[in-house]
Amino acid sequence: MKQSIELDSKISNFIESCLQKPNHKSYLIAVLHKIQQHYGYLSLEHMNMVAHRLQVPTSMVSGVATFYHYFRLKPRGKYAISICLGTACFVKGADKVLEAFETELGIKMGETTPDGLFSLENSRCLGVCALAPVITINERIFSKVTAQNVPGLINKVKMEIPMTE
Amino acid sequence: MVHLKIDGNTVTVPEGTTILHAAEQIGIHIPRLCYHPDLSVEGACRICIVEVENNSNFLPSCATKVHENMQVQTNSPEIRRARRDLIELILDNHPRECQTCERDGNCELQNLAYTLGVRERLFEGRRKKYKIEKSSPSVIRDTEKCILCRRCVRVCSEIQGVYNLSQLYRGFDTVVAPAYNAPMEESVCIACGQCINVCPVAAFIENNSTEQVWQALADPKKHVIVQIAPSIRAAIGEGFNQLPGTSMTGQTVTALRRLGFDAVFDTNFGADLTIVEEANELVNRLESGEKLPLLTSCSSGWIKFLEHFYPELIPFASTCKSPMSMLSTLLKTYYAELVKIDPKDIHVVAVMPCVAKKFEIQRPELASPHGYPYTDSVLTTRELVWMIKAYGIDFVHLPEQEFDAPLGFSTGAADIFGTTGGVMEAALRTAAEKLTGQPIKEINFTQVRQVKGLKEASVKIGDTSLNVAVANGLTNAKTILEKVKNKEKEFHLIELMACPGGCIGGGGQPYPPEGYYVLDPEIIKLRAQALYKIDEAKSVRLSHENKFIKKLYQDYLKYPGSEVAHKLLHTSYSPREPKGIK
Amino acid sequence: MGNPGSFYKQLSESYHSEYIRSGLLKKIIIQVGSATCEKAAGSDLVWQEFNKLIRASGRDDIVIKQTGCTGRCAREPIVGVFSPNQIPIKYEKITVPKVQTIFQDHIIGGQTVPELVLDKKTQKRYDWVITTCSSRRCHFDKETDLKILLQDHLEKNDLDPDTVRVFHGGCMGLCGREKVGKQHIMMIFPEKIIYRFETESQLDEIIQSHFKSKTIAQKYQTKTDFITEQFFSLYGDVAFFNKQTRLTLRNCGLIDPESLGDYIRNKGYEALSRILEQNNPEKVIEQVMASGLRGRGGGGYPTGQKWKNAVTYTQDPQKYIVCNADEGDPGAFMDRSALEGDPFIIIEGMTIGAYAIGASQGYIYVRAEYPLAIQRLENAIEKARKNNLLGKNIMNSGFNFDVEIRLGAGAFVCGEETALMYSIEGKRGQPRIRPPYPTQSGLWGHPTVINNVETLANIPTILLYGADWFSQIGTPKSKGTKVFALAGNVKNTGLVEVPMGTTLREIIFDIGGGLLEGRRLKAVQTGGPSGGCIPESQIDTTVDYESLAQIGSIMGSGGMIILDDRDCIVATAKYFLEFTQNESCGKCVPCREGTLRMLEILERISEGNGVPEDLDKLERLGNLIKKTSLCGLGQTAPNPVLSALKNFRDEFLLHIDEKTCPAKKCSKLIKYQIIPDKCTGCTLCARRCPVSCITGKSRQVHIIQQEKCIKCGECYNVCKFDAVSII
Repeated sequence: MKQSIELDSKISNFIESCLQKPNHKSYLIAVLHKIQQHYGYLSLEHMNMVAHRLQVPTSMVSGVATFYHYFRLKPRGKYAISICLGTACFVKGADKVLEAFETELGIKMGETTPDGLFSLENSRCLGVCALAPVITINERIFSKVTAQNVPGLINKVKMEIPMTE
Repeated sequence: MVHLKIDGNTVTVPEGTTILHAAEQIGIHIPRLCYHPDLSVEGACRICIVEVENNSNFLPSCATKVHENMQVQTNSPEIRRARRDLIELILDNHPRECQTCERDGNCELQNLAYTLGVRERLFEGRRKKYKIEKSSPSVIRDTEKCILCRRCVRVCSEIQGVYNLSQLYRGFDTVVAPAYNAPMEESVCIACGQCINVCPVAAFIENNSTEQVWQALADPKKHVIVQIAPSIRAAIGEGFNQLPGTSMTGQTVTALRRLGFDAVFDTNFGADLTIVEEANELVNRLESGEKLPLLTSCSSGWIKFLEHFYPELIPFASTCKSPMSMLSTLLKTYYAELVKIDPKDIHVVAVMPCVAKKFEIQRPELASPHGYPYTDSVLTTRELVWMIKAYGIDFVHLPEQEFDAPLGFSTGAADIFGTTGGVMEAALRTAAEKLTGQPIKEINFTQVRQVKGLKEASVKIGDTSLNVAVANGLTNAKTILEKVKNKEKEFHLIELMACPGGCIGGGGQPYPPEGYYVLDPEIIKLRAQALYKIDEAKSVRLSHENKFIKKLYQDYLKYPGSEVAHKLLHTSYSPREPKGIK
Repeated sequence: MGNPGSFYKQLSESYHSEYIRSGLLKKIIIQVGSATCEKAAGSDLVWQEFNKLIRASGRDDIVIKQTGCTGRCAREPIVGVFSPNQIPIKYEKITVPKVQTIFQDHIIGGQTVPELVLDKKTQKRYDWVITTCSSRRCHFDKETDLKILLQDHLEKNDLDPDTVRVFHGGCMGLCGREKVGKQHIMMIFPEKIIYRFETESQLDEIIQSHFKSKTIAQKYQTKTDFITEQFFSLYGDVAFFNKQTRLTLRNCGLIDPESLGDYIRNKGYEALSRILEQNNPEKVIEQVMASGLRGRGGGGYPTGQKWKNAVTYTQDPQKYIVCNADEGDPGAFMDRSALEGDPFIIIEGMTIGAYAIGASQGYIYVRAEYPLAIQRLENAIEKARKNNLLGKNIMNSGFNFDVEIRLGAGAFVCGEETALMYSIEGKRGQPRIRPPYPTQSGLWGHPTVINNVETLANIPTILLYGADWFSQIGTPKSKGTKVFALAGNVKNTGLVEVPMGTTLREIIFDIGGGLLEGRRLKAVQTGGPSGGCIPESQIDTTVDYESLAQIGSIMGSGGMIILDDRDCIVATAKYFLEFTQNESCGKCVPCREGTLRMLEILERISEGNGVPEDLDKLERLGNLIKKTSLCGLGQTAPNPVLSALKNFRDEFLLHIDEKTCPAKKCSKLIKYQIIPDKCTGCTLCARRCPVSCITGKSRQVHIIQQEKCIKCGECYNVCKFDAVSII
């Protein structure tokens, strides 16, 4: 296993501060959040490093990382499209929206387009039920999305590429 | 004391007793699955549910404590139906392979399905599908059969402190696996096989070597030699419906001959040799004051644990090969020369209580300089039992026979190798004579016997007092190793065994007979007693007084710790990846 | 030890004088919503635009403030305009062009923009607004409609109806502080005077004095500060709000959630200062017990009792308090709104709880999916620490307590308290058997009290206004209010806080405004995936723990989804079971294996492959899972299916026997067909069909090739002539 990958210094410092606190192993989930936020997903190498730094057995780190749906073990696309499948969204046709995205992007839920641009994910209820159905593209929330909007939304995101870079 | 009624019968039990145990007091056996008395309470299978007055839901009797005037129903129609349905739900997600399964006839799930009356499938649907994972020479993982009782996870963490297994993913997708779902071979698995022992089904089984052995036996060009570990004789009978603690050395020897082995030797001989070499090592270290405490090295599970988890303590480990490997080495050198057979034509089979030995024989450090392994196959007690049955041998009624000479002769010190504290006692017997230069008065070192987990003792030998410790189960090993690491106490000799109770509780021993449970301290006790009885009955009880050992040194090895002894009987260890987290 | 009372006085005065100094009272304040939902609706752009316009105007008497969300989600972004001495105006669904209109016409020109006003009730600006308490409990004469009575008397006193507007309000929370049931209560804006009266002649006296002589009728004035005063004064004229009783959400949409000053000016931290001053933790527990407050997370366990358990059965000096903000029910967003709109009240509630049980450390376990809530909580914790409201020696009382935020990571089961504790400990969130309960052995083996967000939001109020007052609200067994997240096919979606004992009908029709155009109420789903479907025939049931349980649902954390005749009950049951099946932690057999089997049966039924025995199997499995599962998730998972089976068995049978879905939702049981008479041959459907299974030439009737159709419904949705039918 490669140990050569370094952890970002901010994360490293965070782990260091956790080690100073009581029950430091309890910060495992917090550290994994920070890694995912920074690197986009939890790589095996990073999980290993966290395990050794916090002295939590790797099997437990792995158990935690796979238990919680929020954690990703594979890199996601540049634009992560997350469709809320909460009750309100469901009632308002989120399944149709999902279908439209799948057709339009040619990928299934949980997959990333071959060009690495889009990932399709589902999320638990975002708590914006009154504006259902909602989706998020990276951190941005789009509300009252319909299947018809989908091609337009994808184009809009694509066109924004130069602007965000 | 608490008074309660179970199925109308009044029972009085101490406060804090669970319903499950209270019921046992009056002869009611509540069916159970994930529950294990020596492991933490999981409460996941829900098979042991009972009805308790004023509770709308059924409660798990393994986890529910009794209270005064409690009214418990263990067998209402609703409970019976619920238990039946729960077992069916497990079966519905379990392969229908009973007849071809390793555990057929010996499976807790199968047994429950029968006794709880699952005669039809009502809810069958989608079933999980996984490939069998066979990377490890010791432990095979069959996720498809796993029923997620978590006994393996619990034994691996609570008893062994290895934390190799965890549940990964969740819900219907949950699997039990090493970190990152890696193959066992790439994990910190120490190959002790306790997961196999506690598994109620066949989600963990040993990597079966019987076919390899059948082939060797059928090969006319091969001189097939077998050796059996000390603890086999005290446990093999259980595979033939004998009571635990029935020693069946002679029958085993006869059975092995009938199976077609060309020579039947005793690992005990290797054990006596180990003691001579290890006692010598101890005395040397005591004299130089270096690399103390000496850590014993017989248990291959423990040695793998050392390499993964405590590489910094490797210098303290005895360099002695295990008794099995010592004997195997001699079989392909000393013995081969004696009988004038090319070692390449010799096939050495070792019958072990252990699955870690299957890993040990593959260690490159233990291969001959010519590249072939000294031990060719390792069979567990269970595998041997099956071979004897497959051959149609009426084991119980066999006449008793003796091991072959010269490598079949052993002292009582070797027999007790099979139990926790035995290596320590055998080593102390020999070391005491070496240190004092006088015959010892008391041969029994009872202070290191029947160790439940961990024991520290001070042993007076002549004028010196030795601080010793015996640990079985690696969680206990950790406790003592931390003391060594932190220099909390000065130890001279520490015996470490991976499995609870030592080899008699090994990962390759027969599944428990009815009335006992896996790792039942009662079984461990009875098996140990059998070994101590054999020791008591022997006229020679000191390893260094084994006449064939003496001859071996005279003819071949020269003296303990000699160059040739080092070349053949000693080995080395190195830190192992992935590094374990303690 | 110092004096918490004087500490608080000083703190509060400094914030008040700062406020006076800021001159805000004399300025025009534009308030823009800034919760997640507001932002999703575009409030950031609105905020930017107002800022730009204010700068461009060069006026220093116009300020812009952010606030949390009121819960009127469907009308967001909401903008409030507060001019000195005038009734505040709220605007709905604001976009950038509308910002320009509001700024020109209202802020600069002083003229309300009627077409943009929230709920469009305020067509013109009134001089006065009267809000009456129409709570049934307050009336001395239940027959009298106070609104009509008032209007009659106003007319009798020659007041122009265009100058005074009368509203029916919900319970203002005054009950208990006044003589219950013997009076009428009304509040008059913009003066914010509350009068109580018992007879019609007294009413005339008030009208004469207040409106004619423009002097306060002091004889009838109630001096009581009443808790929802601020909220009512802002939103009391909006029908959606004035039927509600905003106790826990009273600051949401009112204060800047990032401003400790705003919170303190609205009585924030007064409760904590009082209890610290009294220095009697036991009495705090007694008061919470006496209030009758029960856990709002779903279980309904008495909060005071839980606190008491944590101190009664243990000598352990190390204790913890946890705020459960892992709002996982799909369709529920009460906690998010509360955390985003008024984070300080949660922290104050926790601090009070910690003081009562003797905890020195608290944790807020909040979903990672709520980034804004996390940010606001972090800000609030930081500010509380800086002002000696958290940390060592709080308010100079010698009491030490601090709070840390722990993030969830997407596991519904972590709402279960033992799973939540494992998650805080950094482990897999799998529940364990109780007992021991967390109050005996919780985090790291120490006694731990776990309270839900809404529960904690009630605490400061109870201690401020007293247990007696609180226990007057609600029903005998369920006290106080409950917040619901009203969603689904109802006109007014959003957050609804009502006294316990309000009927479902009142919530759906009076507050929610009934169903969307032309739809018929089919069922109300409460309690999310743990709850049940309540049929239309039972909507006169009151919301309280016992009543809902009695009809096979649960109060839950407060999700309330309105289903209409176009929702299929099989599909809905399947949806919820899919959710719990997906969220099952996998530990115990019935939940892990049983939910999948139930789901498979439901899938069969919805695909037309069901057999009559399937319903018995569903019931058998459902009852098994309920009775044998380890934790609450499993024990309640079958509820949506069992209640659907109980109340809508016929609909299941139609799927099984007739292979039809009356709601036309189950795609395997429906067909799309083009009605030849209506089809104009516009070709739109053929062009949009993703599998090109619609044929037909331009201006000719089109035909759907059934064998190729994937039933996506696109043709149905796009047809402008209603020529596509579902059969």
